[in-house]
Amino acid sequence: MATSNVTDTDFQTQVIGSKTPVLVDFWATWCGPCRMAAPILEELSEEYKDKVAIVKLDVDANPVTSGKYGILSIPTTILFKGGKEIGRQVGFSGKGPFEDLMKKGL
Amino acid sequence: MMESKIYDIVIIGSGPAGLTAGIYTTRGSASTLIIGGEIWGGQLMLTTQVENFPGFAQGIQGPKLMEEMRAQATRLGAEFKEVNAESIDITKKPFEITAGGEKYFAKSVIIATGAETVWLDAPGIKDLIGRGISSCAPCDAPFFRGKKVAVVGGGDAAMEEALVLTNYASEVTIIHRRDAFKASAAMQEKVLSNPKIKVLWNTEVMEAKGEGKLEKLILKNNQTGETSEVPFDGLFVAIGHKPQSDIFKGKIDMDERGFIKVSDGSKSSVPGIFVAGDVHDFRYKQAITAASFGCMAAMECLDFLAKSGEN
Repeated sequence: MATSNVTDTDFQTQVIGSKTPVLVDFWATWCGPCRMAAPILEELSEEYKDKVAIVKLDVDANPVTSGKYGILSIPTTILFKGGKEIGRQVGFSGKGPFEDLMKKGL
Repeated sequence: MMESKIYDIVIIGSGPAGLTAGIYTTRGSASTLIIGGEIWGGQLMLTTQVENFPGFAQGIQGPKLMEEMRAQATRLGAEFKEVNAESIDITKKPFEITAGGEKYFAKSVIIATGAETVWLDAPGIKDLIGRGISSCAPCDAPFFRGKKVAVVGGGDAAMEEALVLTNYASEVTIIHRRDAFKASAAMQEKVLSNPKIKVLWNTEVMEAKGEGKLEKLILKNNQTGETSEVPFDGLFVAIGHKPQSDIFKGKIDMDERGFIKVSDGSKSSVPGIFVAGDVHDFRYKQAITAASFGCMAAMECLDFLAKSGEN
């Protein structure tokens, strides 16, 4: 399962209302570390398909959601389960920290 | 059991030094593996517009430049792995490098591991990284639209951070512990003539405070000894870099700061191991000089392989 995009408009249905845990990647096109993280998140979305969904939220286009979750640095990844934040990872430090975060949702 | 491949050259690092080395070694017909790190691309991945790299009349985005360099090295035949080098055994021939839990074998090695951000050593800093404290204005500046931010440092990196921030923040304060910047004249002029930027000279950050996010800094004037508590929404740290040479400690000669010692071009203290870029260069620290050092190391490495009859 590849990653998909989420916006301010469908955040509620795609993330908060999701039955499976969702990892949200807050990112932007101009952010170098976000670009490095992208292929790794794609890889993880394959490895964890059906267990944890991975969605991407462009912070430039979706300021409401980024503001609501207090994003002050990107990439920030937040894991939601049952509509609630259960963990977050600030910055890109390789695959390990993303995977550790996703495991919290299993 | 499958026989492990022995590379002519393993390059550790994937900034301008490592990738340029890879471009030259593959063109020299040496089988090349670049152990690029999970966080690959080096310091330029944390920048925006690069104005001083020749060949780009309108400038180029740092991350874009690194993606191009990587594509160039791999197109020419270099293998690239996004794994971190964990250790090296220099007593074995070929050299044995452990990275991402796997072992790799190399007749020669180019160390191009670069340098990493030095964080301020003051209470509260570590806890608030990503919560108002950052080392990457190009990444995080947009979150400080209309906010009050500080930059600590006095070199070109600090000037760039401050200038990027003026596009978003309402007020940018540079905090510097001396009474003059060491940044280039061009950068200083841009900063000092910007009405949004003010400078606190002879000032040090003693502590960062905030509940869940940065709220204020405790500052001290190191001339008068006076301390003050100043509200800030953001703090960008640009006080310098330290060489990433830990895995080579005790194996390859380095100075007390961790910069690897080179002699006769780019040779390390171990025959067959060469060095390029910010891991040894404490003087120039530019993308273009790192690339040049990468080229030098590659040519010397190819020469070493030819002379040792290994290539």
